[in-house]
Amino acid sequence: MAKLNKNFIIYLLISIAFICISPYVFEDYGMRILNNIFIFIILAVSYNLINGITGQLSLEPNGFVAIGAYVTALALLSEDMKWELFQLEDPSPWVLGLNLDLIPALLLSGVVASAVAFVLAVPVFRVRGDYLAIVTLGFGFIIKVLAINSPEVTNGSIGLNEIPSVINVYWTGGIAIVTVILILNVVYSKYGRAMKAVRDDEDAASAIGIDTFKIKTLAFITSAFFEGIGGGLLAVLLTTISPDLFTFFLTFQLLIIIVLGGLGSMSGAIIGTVLVIGGSEWLRFLDSSMNIFGYVTDAHPGLRMVVFSLVLIIVMLFAREGIMGKKEFSDIFRKKK
Amino acid sequence: MDFITFIQQLINGISLGSMYALIAIGYTMVYGVLRLINFAHADIMMVAAFAAFFAIDSLEVSFVLATIIAILVSVVTGILTDRVAYKPLRHSPRISLLITAIGVSFFLENIVNVTFGGTPKSFNAPEFFDTIIELSGATLTPTVIIVPVVTVLLLSILLFILYRTKYGMAIRALAFDIKTVSLMGIDSNRIIMIVFIIGSALAAVGGIFWAISYPILTPYMGVMIGLKAFAAAVLGGIGSVSGAVLGGFILGFTEVAVVALYPELGAYKDAIAFVFLIIVLVLKPTGIMGINFEKSRF
Amino acid sequence: MILEIKDITKSFGGVVAINDTTFHINKNEIYGLIGPNGAGKTTMFNIITGNYKPNSGKVILDGKDITNKKNYNIVKYGIARTFQNIRLFSSMSVKENILIGLQNAANYTYIESIFRLPRFFSQEKKIAKRADEIIEFLNLTEYKDELATSLSYGIQRKVEIARAIATNPKLLLLDEPAAGMNPNETHDLAQLLFQIRDKFDITILLIEHDMKFVNHLCDRVMVLDYGKTIFEGHIEDAIKDEEVIKAYLGDFKHA
Repeated sequence: MAKLNKNFIIYLLISIAFICISPYVFEDYGMRILNNIFIFIILAVSYNLINGITGQLSLEPNGFVAIGAYVTALALLSEDMKWELFQLEDPSPWVLGLNLDLIPALLLSGVVASAVAFVLAVPVFRVRGDYLAIVTLGFGFIIKVLAINSPEVTNGSIGLNEIPSVINVYWTGGIAIVTVILILNVVYSKYGRAMKAVRDDEDAASAIGIDTFKIKTLAFITSAFFEGIGGGLLAVLLTTISPDLFTFFLTFQLLIIIVLGGLGSMSGAIIGTVLVIGGSEWLRFLDSSMNIFGYVTDAHPGLRMVVFSLVLIIVMLFAREGIMGKKEFSDIFRKKK
Repeated sequence: MDFITFIQQLINGISLGSMYALIAIGYTMVYGVLRLINFAHADIMMVAAFAAFFAIDSLEVSFVLATIIAILVSVVTGILTDRVAYKPLRHSPRISLLITAIGVSFFLENIVNVTFGGTPKSFNAPEFFDTIIELSGATLTPTVIIVPVVTVLLLSILLFILYRTKYGMAIRALAFDIKTVSLMGIDSNRIIMIVFIIGSALAAVGGIFWAISYPILTPYMGVMIGLKAFAAAVLGGIGSVSGAVLGGFILGFTEVAVVALYPELGAYKDAIAFVFLIIVLVLKPTGIMGINFEKSRF
Repeated sequence: MILEIKDITKSFGGVVAINDTTFHINKNEIYGLIGPNGAGKTTMFNIITGNYKPNSGKVILDGKDITNKKNYNIVKYGIARTFQNIRLFSSMSVKENILIGLQNAANYTYIESIFRLPRFFSQEKKIAKRADEIIEFLNLTEYKDELATSLSYGIQRKVEIARAIATNPKLLLLDEPAAGMNPNETHDLAQLLFQIRDKFDITILLIEHDMKFVNHLCDRVMVLDYGKTIFEGHIEDAIKDEEVIKAYLGDFKHA
């Protein structure tokens, strides 16, 4: 129902306050991580909509994030910059003509991503959603292949850099808050209930009048929209993007995040993001040489990833519900009648 | 394109198709009995390739012994994967199983990455495989001949097992209705283990062939191959072994043909599998052989 | 006549599940579909609800031919069903399950929900009120915020029926609603179904095996055997009919 209750306002105020004072508390390194966390919150919360709420296993984020990143980057780069940056081939005319400010650029990222999502959704959701995972996995690859092989649009494997750095934590944090609110609005509506019904029992859902194809498509498009925006923000935060950036690992991280937090819980997704992104930084030491009780190990880059995959497997085997299960913060603090 | 080149490309296509077929069989069989897309399957192929590489390079054993070691390693990996990661989730929602499979896949890739390092490894197949055979103008290697022949052989053995032995019958029954089969006194877990053994062994053979044909190994080589092999399985009809083989050959041919006829599209050859996938989903989701598993859900 | 089943035939491969069956249900009747196991009763349900397409024949609801409508659209035409093995939504409360039944009654678009435009609030309020009415009518008020699948079997049955009623159907299809109930519970259920029929001006079609329950509840019955209608009429006549006896007990003449 309309979640304009006391708890919600409190969380909102705390979040805003936190964002405002953060530049004074954290240094550069900390702020970088914080910006990263906010962007991943946007991605995780939207990813949770198709995966956790609607119950359709999709591996789409890296594809839509890539689309969003490139659209925003191209929109923000001036025509002169494009002439300078594009080395393999001349930029195509519409790329040169694309010039938007930040907000329209981000919105365009979202729109393009959701348009692509719609095209993907139609063949996949017509049949039983089993194949969604494989199709979205392949989709992520295709996007990368396209990015590398369309130098007149993307500058190929060189990528785009010197993207104007127009954002700061107020942007990432602010958009994160807006995204969470909008997604929660979807969840606490008849559409969100329908999505959960499709997750819980798809056949009973259609027996009660829910057009499951429409609901799945709606969820998928919405996820794509916000993932596109997240991608756009990522491009501006990093100021340089290339096809290598958008690998399956990005999707894998998001998968761990929402599984750890609890598939279907937005609060869980937020907690999961903090744990995984923060933990990922903390675990960096695993990738380099370590000093354990005086015994010096060799550097084994990739040990961090091994730990991540083990975390996912262990959570799935022993704590499938994750931290929050399907509950939100508000459910925990609800008084028993 | 002249006739000789055509024949040459045809043979290349058969060879590539055989490798896809060998790996696709594992996907289709596991999907048949568990309704699981085993994301980790292609990584088992990669593990086999690396095991063979390790055996040849570091243990310095003969190629034959290395192959046997590779098959054993992949079979053990397959069995362990099922026992440790999939079996506990037999009665859980399918999404949990899929996510776990992704986790296992990632784990295998990165364990190999940590163990062997990220630099691509060069696979040293015996020189025999590189000998050039001139056949009325066409240039062939023993590889492109051995691969299809061995594949057909293994496929015949597999079909014999599936249709003429009681284990094969149990596997086929399990694909239809796992609950009823368990009630009939058949240990479904044992049958599933056999499916993993067969699938992993075939993937290992496919991996060795791949390593011989394309001797650069990386921990992530399985990802693309796996995607394509799965697409091949879907194209042929998921759940059908002959379908997987058919799909594998179609995919192999098409990839070779596209690159041969339209070299400028070469960069997109990896996308062909994906295109096939979408076409199948739109036109005939049950694939060419068309086994429809969905009984009444109501 | 609220429902007309005309010459319906359905086969699966070589097996004929429904063999040229015809029957009709009048408005506000409580109609029983009975017959031995495997006779095709649930298949018939699935044909009515659009889950299966019949090979031939028609399903006509209140004058409209709904034979080839998609299964999720059937609710719009006015048919709701429950399942033999109670399929409630496991992550939701009783009230939320019933709110799902009120999907179509809530008139707001996706955008209106995302941006919380006024129509969202008024429509949600409307359906919440309706849900509460149904909950109260079925004496489920004390359970309304409980997780639906954590409740006892009998309560879950009621919730499933409540969810179906929430769709405001003309015809309610109940698949073995009395399964697993003791005589007291079935008596209560029958009373409840009478009340539902009267209060919501509904017609009820049910599949059942409990003959006492059917006898108490149903105005007319149709006996199905091997996909064929072997009797249609009042239950007192059904139990005297030779064909019916043969179907249930076997053919003693040739035993």
